[in-house]
Formats: sequence, C-alpha cells, structure tokens
Amino acid sequence: MAGAKQHDYHLVNPSVWPLIGSVAALVMFFGLVMWMHEDYFGASGKWVFGLGVMGVIATFFSWWSDVIHEAHTGDHTPVVQLHLRYGMILFIASEVMFFVGWFWAWFDFSLFPVPIEYADGAVTSLFGQDGADTITMWPPKGIEVIDAWSLPLLNTLILLCSGTTITWAHHSLIHGNRDGLKKGLWLTIILGVIFSAIQAYEYSAAPWPFGGSNYSSAFFMATGFHGFHVLVGTIFLIVCLVRTYKGHFTPKQHFGFEAAAWYWHFVDVVWLFLFIIIYVWGGWGAPVAAH
Amino acid sequence: MTDIAATAPAHGHDHAHDDHDTPGFFVRWFMSTNHKDIGSLYLIFAIIAGIVGGVLSGMMRLELAEPGIQYLEGWAGILDPAATEVQGKHFWNVMITAHGLIMVFFMVMPAMIGGFGNWFVPLMIGAPDMAFPRMNNISFWLTSVAFVMLVGSMFVPGGSGLGAGTGWTVYAPLSTSGSAGPAVDMAIFSLHLAGAASILGAINFITTIFNMRAPGMTLHKMPLFVWSVLVTAFLLLLALPVLAAAITMLLTDRNFGTTFYDAAGGGDPVLYQHLFWFFGHPEVYIMILPGFGIVSQVISTFSRKPVFGYLGMAYAMVAIGVVGFIVWAHHMFTVGMSVNLKMYFTAATMVIAVPTGIKIFSWIATMWGGSMRFTTPMVWALGFIFMFTVGGVTGVVLANGGVDTALHDTYYVVAHFHYVLSLGAVFSLFAGFYYWFPKMSGRMYSEFLGQLHFWIFFIGVNVLFFPQHFLGQQGMPRRYPDYPDAYAFWHLVSSWGYVIMGVGVLIFFANILWSLVAGKKAADNPWGEGATTLEWTLSSPPPYHQFNELPRIA
Repeated sequence: MAGAKQHDYHLVNPSVWPLIGSVAALVMFFGLVMWMHEDYFGASGKWVFGLGVMGVIATFFSWWSDVIHEAHTGDHTPVVQLHLRYGMILFIASEVMFFVGWFWAWFDFSLFPVPIEYADGAVTSLFGQDGADTITMWPPKGIEVIDAWSLPLLNTLILLCSGTTITWAHHSLIHGNRDGLKKGLWLTIILGVIFSAIQAYEYSAAPWPFGGSNYSSAFFMATGFHGFHVLVGTIFLIVCLVRTYKGHFTPKQHFGFEAAAWYWHFVDVVWLFLFIIIYVWGGWGAPVAAH
Repeated sequence: MTDIAATAPAHGHDHAHDDHDTPGFFVRWFMSTNHKDIGSLYLIFAIIAGIVGGVLSGMMRLELAEPGIQYLEGWAGILDPAATEVQGKHFWNVMITAHGLIMVFFMVMPAMIGGFGNWFVPLMIGAPDMAFPRMNNISFWLTSVAFVMLVGSMFVPGGSGLGAGTGWTVYAPLSTSGSAGPAVDMAIFSLHLAGAASILGAINFITTIFNMRAPGMTLHKMPLFVWSVLVTAFLLLLALPVLAAAITMLLTDRNFGTTFYDAAGGGDPVLYQHLFWFFGHPEVYIMILPGFGIVSQVISTFSRKPVFGYLGMAYAMVAIGVVGFIVWAHHMFTVGMSVNLKMYFTAATMVIAVPTGIKIFSWIATMWGGSMRFTTPMVWALGFIFMFTVGGVTGVVLANGGVDTALHDTYYVVAHFHYVLSLGAVFSLFAGFYYWFPKMSGRMYSEFLGQLHFWIFFIGVNVLFFPQHFLGQQGMPRRYPDYPDAYAFWHLVSSWGYVIMGVGVLIFFANILWSLVAGKKAADNPWGEGATTLEWTLSSPPPYHQFNELPRIA
C-alpha cells in the first residue's frame, strides 16, 4: 500500500481547531449556566461566557481560513467540492428539522388551544368552576397580534427581493461579471440588514413581553431563531463579499458563495412559513395591536 | 484571483500528505484527522463512559438488593456532607438519570458509530479516510466535552440535592419548575453538545458513504454494516435537531420565563413528550441498527456464506428507519390520548415487527447449511439474536396501547429495553469488538477468555434482567429506590445477576490486556474465506493511510 496517493480525496493535515473549538464550546455553555445562576456561581458568568464565545468565533475564523487556504492550494478537487456540497445540503436538512420543532410547538398551541386569558402581561385560566372550558380560542383571549399585512409583509417582500439579488450575484459570478457579483452581494447584505432592523423594531414594539404566555413564547422563539439565522446568513454573505474584493471565487469554483446562497434561500423559505403560519394564519381573527 | 479547479493537479501538489510517518503523540491523538485514530479514541472513550455508567448501575442494584433504603444517604453525603434522606433519594434520581444518559449518548452511540463506524466504514467501502477528516475530530471532542458537562452536573444543585434527577427523558415539569439550580441546565447543554457532535458525524458518514465508495462498489454491493451506518446517520441527522429544539424550550422555560411546557401560561407538558419521543424513538434504532450491521458481517463470516437475502436485509433497515419516525407516541400511551390515536400508534408500531422479522429470519437462513464456526464473535452474534428476539417479543406486547396501560413505567418496560439495548446492542458491540480486534490491534485475543467472557456475561445479564419481567408484571414501578417485601426475592436475584455480569466484564478487560501484551500476531485475514469485505485485504493493523490506490470492485 506504500507509494504516493493516487486518488483525488483530500487527506487533511492534523488540526488543533477541533480541540480548541470543543473546549471553547464547553466554556461558552458553562459560562452561560454560570450567568443564568449567578446566585450560585457569583457574577463572573458573563465573562466566562464571553471568553467561550470568543474562542468559538476564533475557531470558526481560523478553521475556515484553513479551508479557504486549502481551496487555493488545490486540495478541493471536483470530488472534494462534491463532498462540500453534500455537507452543506445535509446541514441545511438538519436545520429544517430544528425549525420543525418550533413549528410543532406553535401548532400544538394553536390547534389545541387551552382556555386562557392574557391581560396586562399575566395569564388567567378560563376553566370554569366545574373544570369545563369557558372560552377556548387561538390566539388566547386578550392577545393583540402584530398586523401581518404591515411590517411582516414588508419583511416578506424584502427577503423575497434579497433572494433575487443573490441570484443576480450568482449569475454574474458564473458569467465572469465581477461587478455584478459585488453589486448583487451588496444589495443582498443591505436587504438582510434592513430585515433585521425591522425585526428588531417589531420586537421592541411588540404588544406582549417575551415570556408569560404560550403565544409570546412560541412567537419569539420561532421568529427569534429565524432572526439569528438571518444574522448568521448575513455574516456569511459579508465574508463572501470580502472574499470577492480579495479576488476569490472563479466562474467554475466558488463553493463558499454557493453555500452562502443556499443558506440564504433556506432562511428565506423558513420566513415564508413563519409569515404564513405564525403571522397570517396564527393571528387570524384576533384584534390587531396599534403600532 | 486563482483559478483553482483548472490549475490544480489532482494529487501530488503537497508532499506532506504522502508522508507515511505517523505524527508525534500530541498531534496524533489530539489533532487527529485520521479515521482509524479517531475511531480508537471513540472506543476508548466509550469504554471509560461504560465503566462510569456500569458502576452507577451496580450502585443501583446494590441499593435494590433488599427492601428499604440502605445506602443512598451515605452516597449523597460523599459530595454533600449536609445530605439527609431527601438528598439521598434525590441522588437515586441522579443515578438513574446519569446511567441512562451515559449509556445512550456516551457508551453505545460513540462505540457503534464513532468507534466501529469510523474505523470500518472507510475500510469497507475502499476509501482512504472520511469525507471531512477534520470535522470527524470535532465530533469526538464535542462528545468528550459533553461528557465533562454531564459529569459536572452531578456536583452542582439540581433541586432537592446535587445533580440532575430528571430521568434520561428530562420530562417537564420535573425538569422545569421541579428542578431549581444549575444541574439540569448543565445536563441540557451536555445534550446540545452531544447532539451537535452527532449531527456533524451524521453529515460526515452520509457524505462519505455516498461519495467515496471505491470504483465498482454500487450501493447494492455495500457491506451491510455500511448500510446500517448510512441509515443510522439519516436518523441522527433528522431526529437530533428536534431534540435540540425541545430541550431549548426546556432551557427558556427554566431561565427566561417562557411557558412552552407550563400549563399556567397556556403551555403543554405533553408537547415535550411528543418532541422528545419524536427524537427518542429514532434514537433507539440509532443504537441498534449498527448492531444489526455488525451481526450481519459476523454471521456471514463464520457461516462462510453470503448473507441470505442481502437486498431484503438492506431495505429492512431502511424500512425500520422510516417507520421508526412515525411510531413515537407508543411511549406515551398513558398521557390521555384518544383511542383512535392509540390504535394508530399500536398498529404502526407492530408494523416494525415485519422488517425486524426479516432480519432475524435472514440471519438464521444465513447460518442454515453454512459451515459454522463458533468463535467468540460468532457466539456473541448468536447471543445477540436470542436476546434481541426476547426483547423484540416483549416489545410487541408493549406496543399494544391497552396492555401498555397496565405495564407502562413498570419493570416490564425496564426488562424490555434492557433486552434490546443492554443485551442486544451491547452483545453486538462485543461481537464487533472481538471480530475486529485483530484488525485494529494487530493481535489475536484469547479465544478461551473470550468464550468465558461470553458465557458468564450471558448468564449474568439473563439472571439480571429476566426476573424484571416478573417484577413488572406484578406492578413494580421503574425508577424507585424502595419497594414492598413482596418484590424482594426477584430483586435479590436480579442484583446477583449484576455480580455475575460484572465478573464477565472483568474477564473482558483481562482479555484486552492479555491480548495487547501477549496476543499472537494477527494475520491480514484471520477468519479465512468467510471474511470477504475489504478491511481483510489490508494488513493488521492497517497502514496509517490505506488505499492510496483505490481498490476496484468487480
């Protein structure tokens, strides 16, 4: 079996980043536990958490710098690029299942509502004295919903629009038009940032606090995790823009860009489901909060 | 701008890759990108975790040997000098929780998928390594830090004592309003870390199996162990993120005021059970499917015949994987679901007996007319078939929503899942360990000690778990440290079974040590004609990088 390798697979050199990244993840999560239980651990939790986050970010940065370096030195043969595509698609598939969990919670609450009333940030049970429901409705009695046809609809249009601009960037890249690539990426990133800003405003103006009721819990966690994915996707696109300015990507080989575009489309599709199921269908018939 | 694809030669640009010198100790074991080294790390890790989980079960059997509570307060007092009876009973809950989580996430899964999967999937498909060798390593290290997190949770408050005492299922509201303190949060993050590790591992295995098979090895020529890991990886990929969502809701309910599982805020504790078991049921197949694969290889090798009904065997595993996603609520028959829903989940669950039956009968048909050799791996595989069949038929009993109403949360269920897992999955692990030990280490194990290990372990676990069926049918509930005198006899028998099994495990360790020191050098293929898969074409142990020239499959 001795002799030079006669295949196109990438036998990666030893790397310290998996070990550092794992320890950083441990520090990050343990720091979060400390932070959530300051009565027991004292006040240093947020610093431990911050240290862990920095370690995780440093790992992502260094690891993927290594990957980009390997791509430029020729390790990414066609079959290795195929691996990367499979990896990204499977990762997105697992992300889809993560959101299934949040939608499951939403459907549980909305299809099988319990009789509660929500007023002044507190929930009151509406079970009668004999234990029978008095009023069973969704959204819960007293909830005023965010108007789906106002800012959420605008955000839907913004994300759909960003889906077209990223496709513009992709086509420009394939046809060797780097100017179009830059413009498309810039526009996509700007649209992503506007989306996040509108979402942040909407949260700050939301008619209910974060917790307290099943409605606000499921609303904030489902849209919140989507928002987190938008931020990650925006950072991914910014990295692609920086790499574009540095002269990376060719019409034939640009997996980093493709992965970012796939991720962005995934985030877009999740939003469409959130918009239809949570904002439109999930708030149907409820009074609309005044902005 | 560099045009990478066009200018790079396919190979040979970097001579560091072609070096066959193995790296130094730290680089080799802490920065590894080698699937065999990472597989070995996983196996060592699984053995350590197995010892911890096994000691916990020994403590539980000691406490359960007689009625009354003998030791709990003293054990709790080791970590918490102020411990009273309450902390002692809480420590019981901590032990059942830690035993379950450790055996599932840190023993069976790392051994099956991380250990044998890493070692033998690339070898069996004729690949030089995994598709993502560096990501392979972070799967291992994330699993390790997850274990640290879980063990750490036993030292901090978790409600009425130190540690997370929620059961491995972490049901709300016990795990939310019922367990103040950081322990349960640490257990939740441990599951997040272990889950992330497994998802990354699943991505790696699927990509490797789809894209790195040697020329000529079509999907329908893949060894059944590779098929089993492929199906397992899909279950991991699709089931674990749902668990991640479920336990994230636990976390926000505990710390940030959400009410997903809190009825007082319109939430639904049963939602947690649905989400958990949508993951949990595929999880039990994640633990057993690679075992199916190992047993298929072993039975075929030592019957000197190809597996009977190869395609049926492969697609039976696919069917088990698919149907495994739509039967979850049979774990929840007593939550108050409608009769119609119970009927569906009863029927769907029983359907799984069909592909499972295909597997059992095909193994028997493989042996039929073969020239069988009862080597150590073979007797473990035969033990597996017996044990798994016992656990399988009690599974059919429990699948009935009506019957389960009486047996739910009794020792009958405990006996059932230990027959399929502790005896089924673990027997297949031992079968695989003895089967591949010569390949991995380059040395033969002691056949005498291996056979002795098998028989003592086999007798021990049956004495340990079979009486638990009787206890369960008489109504002994699971997860209790104390019981009325009526249950004393079978509990005592069960505890003695643990002692016998423990002796078997000691023989196992003696065998490993003896073999590593004094075992005969293993031939490339110590099993003869019956061993037809690619790993037996390589030296024992294989070179640091194998298949520099890809094998061609006729």
